[in-house]
Amino acid sequence: MTMNERKTIDLEQGWEFMQKGITKLKNILEGLPEPQFSSEDYMMLYTTIYNMCTQKPPHDYSQQLYDKYRESFEEYITTTVLPSLREKHDEFMLRELVKRWSNHKVMVRWLSRFFHYLDRYFIARRSLPALNEVGLTCFRDLVYQELYSKVRDAVISLIDQEREGEQIDRALLKNVLDIFVEIGMGQMEQYENDFEAAMLKDTAAYYSRKASNWILEDSCPDYMLKAEECLKREKDRVSHYLHSSSEPKLLEKVQNELLSVFANQLLEKEHSGCHALLRDDKVDDLSRMYRLFSKIPRGLEPVSNIFKQHVTAEGTALVKQAEDAASNKKADKRDVVGLQEQVFVRKVIELHDKYLAYVNDCFNNHTLFHKALKEAFEVFCNKGVAGSSSAELLATFCDNILKKGGSEKLSDEAIEETLEKVVKLLAYISDKDLFAEFYRKKLARRLLFDKSANDDHERSILTKLKQQCGGQFTSKMEGMVTDLTLARENQTHFEEYLSNNPNANPGIDLTVTVLTTGFWPSYKSFDLNLPAEMVKCVEVFREFYQTKTKHRKLTWIYSLGTCNINGKFEPKTMELIVTTYQASALLLFNASDRLSYSEIMTQLNLTDDDVVRLLHSLSCAKYKILNKEPNTKTISPTDYFEFNSKFTDKMRRIKIPLPPVDEKKKVIEDVDKDRRYAIDASIVRIMKSRKVLGHQQLVMECVEQLGRMFKPDFKAIKKRIEDLITRDYLERDKDNPNTFRYLA
Amino acid sequence: MSFPRKTGSPNPMSIKANDVDLFHSASNIALMQLLEQIDILFDTYANEMTNLIEASGIEELCSDLKVGADDVRMLMLAWKMKAKKQGFITQDEWRRGLKALEANSLEKLQRALPALEREVMRPSNFKDFYAFAFRYSLTEERQKTLDIGSICLLLKIVLGSQFRPQVDSFTQYLQMQKEYKVLTFDQWMGFYQFCNEISFPDLNNYDDQLAWPLVLDSFVEWIRQKNN
Repeated sequence: MTMNERKTIDLEQGWEFMQKGITKLKNILEGLPEPQFSSEDYMMLYTTIYNMCTQKPPHDYSQQLYDKYRESFEEYITTTVLPSLREKHDEFMLRELVKRWSNHKVMVRWLSRFFHYLDRYFIARRSLPALNEVGLTCFRDLVYQELYSKVRDAVISLIDQEREGEQIDRALLKNVLDIFVEIGMGQMEQYENDFEAAMLKDTAAYYSRKASNWILEDSCPDYMLKAEECLKREKDRVSHYLHSSSEPKLLEKVQNELLSVFANQLLEKEHSGCHALLRDDKVDDLSRMYRLFSKIPRGLEPVSNIFKQHVTAEGTALVKQAEDAASNKKADKRDVVGLQEQVFVRKVIELHDKYLAYVNDCFNNHTLFHKALKEAFEVFCNKGVAGSSSAELLATFCDNILKKGGSEKLSDEAIEETLEKVVKLLAYISDKDLFAEFYRKKLARRLLFDKSANDDHERSILTKLKQQCGGQFTSKMEGMVTDLTLARENQTHFEEYLSNNPNANPGIDLTVTVLTTGFWPSYKSFDLNLPAEMVKCVEVFREFYQTKTKHRKLTWIYSLGTCNINGKFEPKTMELIVTTYQASALLLFNASDRLSYSEIMTQLNLTDDDVVRLLHSLSCAKYKILNKEPNTKTISPTDYFEFNSKFTDKMRRIKIPLPPVDEKKKVIEDVDKDRRYAIDASIVRIMKSRKVLGHQQLVMECVEQLGRMFKPDFKAIKKRIEDLITRDYLERDKDNPNTFRYLA
Repeated sequence: MSFPRKTGSPNPMSIKANDVDLFHSASNIALMQLLEQIDILFDTYANEMTNLIEASGIEELCSDLKVGADDVRMLMLAWKMKAKKQGFITQDEWRRGLKALEANSLEKLQRALPALEREVMRPSNFKDFYAFAFRYSLTEERQKTLDIGSICLLLKIVLGSQFRPQVDSFTQYLQMQKEYKVLTFDQWMGFYQFCNEISFPDLNNYDDQLAWPLVLDSFVEWIRQKNN
């Protein structure tokens, strides 16, 4: 045949030729001895189709060839493929199916190459499915449709066998499932509807049965181990033969059956549930619990609740322990924060460390657990112990760390760490302003009586407090520390002044610390009758101070002063370090040998409380500088006192302490007063900006504004509102007495 | 002083200029006579030196009216007069009150009392009267509160007829408790609202989360504790 002149190929004739090629292909697929297609064979077959399609009508056989193409598959499938599949079952059937599908794909590939010309023009012109699609559709409609449910069941059965521990042919399953995917021809519908749905249902049923047994027999940790293992295996399964899109759905089913359904029973198992694990510090099991429960919806909530309950219980137990220990104390030591309370704070810190570690390690730093920890601590940290509020306990704890000779003996690093933790605990205490006041009082004592162990630590904790609570919290305290620094400078200037003015010299070494009133706690100043020697000192300093500033008024607080005084006792002269009050009392004995209580009180011009305290320290305590008549253990207004010339001690220099007055009541009073002002200011501020506001709203905003420092009592706020109404800051709305108006 | 014009229009046909004058001057005269009589009545009770009706005058008035000094009607009269200070009645206040009541004699005044009562008890007026009662009882210049004793007396007088159980209970509470030695105007008004809105004695609709004065919160708590 020449190029320009083609002989028309008749349909039957052409088809007969094609049929030979098709048969050859089938033989190859069946495994019969058949030589491979040569390129010539291929060309011939292709050209035959080409010609038959490009012939002039009525010999253009495109439509017929298209139909015959499809019929070739149908015929092969119906006569050969289906029968061979139908006679096999289970795994054998699966293998056959895989083989047949593989063959089919080859057949489609080859035939579509032969018939390729149809793809180029015919199908597009008639909007018909492409050859590839036709081929695959045949398999789908004839083989897949008939067999898919059998196949599915066989696969699921194998999966279940594998779950029970048997070895199965994973590659086979992969191939089978690939059919489900490929038969979708781009869509996952077949896979999802015809296989996956049933597989998921079966999986759910499988694990439901298992879980029902396990929950009864196994402890919580063991159950969790099994659950974790199952999830691991299922994931593994997906990677080996299921389609990747099945993974989330599969895991969700498993998690649901193993965990969601039995969540409560699991967590609340009597001896091995969440409570027990926390109690027995089983961190690994708890980590596992977190991992598992974080996967199910709202799974972590019950866990965090149990965690919260547990921590609260532990904390409350510490409080009770401390209370019990405190009630065993002697009655006269009741008001003093003692060792037990120190131990209590230590234990609370340790508790916090422990469970913070849990939150970080077991519970992966999750906010739910941070919240649970916070709420738990807020519950018991606001309980006082033995009449002392938690605010006071914390402040005393800090004092013990920061003062010289405190009960805590720690390295610098340990101190820093501890202070850091204390400040963290402060976040849980609602009465922060009360803490601030106690802290301030104790800071004042440390600074003024030179009891501060380390300046750096003092500044360090103030920085930490500032970071946590804001600048306003620490501004006064910082002022106090600064005052001390300035005081030292000032003292240098004073000494210069004295050396330049020898006449002014009072003859006694004098050190004065000038305090800025606003920063320091308020101290009452009593008109102590100073001994003559000291009066001159005061005058000299006053003159000096006038040279520095004329606009400031000095108020002398003798109750805070210390004095080094020489006692000329018969055995030896000794240096006594006492307070100014005590010194004033002792110096009276320079003029008289024997004085009565009332004489001392009159000459000193102090109150009974002060006189009793100071005389006690000089005559009934460790060092008996004065002899008391009668020699009882307490001071009474009828006592007489004499200088004890026989007094001595092995040291040359002794400190005679004057125990401080208990400040607790005053601190609480002061804080209450400040709170009233704070609430007033807050209410006015809010009303000024809102002009008109409902009662509930006002209370809410007030609580929020003040929350950083303390939790205002609902009744207290109401009281302040009423007070502000009486003072004409606010009025009730005429029509609605639940609403307030700001009165400018 | 201004006299209200009398309503009622005479027949326009028969009026001549001088008739109008006559007519008006006639009503003027009547009015002037009324005022004069009111003033004369004032003088019978007033202290000549101060030109005020004072304690003794008031006592006499009460006895003439056959009304007790603590009677609520005296308070109502004070309200009608818009009297400023308890225990004193100025001439203006007297004139104001009696003119409004159209009482130029003791008998007329006495007869006007029941109508006055009804007027005060009208809901639109009563709240104002209740508020007046408190302010009227303040004796000192800058005083803003009333002592508990006076409060209890005043409550009995003012609310005793309408809200007897509440008044009895509240006065009992006030006398028993130690926290409040006086009550403010706001608390006083709050009690009135309480009587009007809260079902008594079950107190079922009392909500202490609302802006009720604290004293009432404590009062309610006290009642509830008693009932338990």
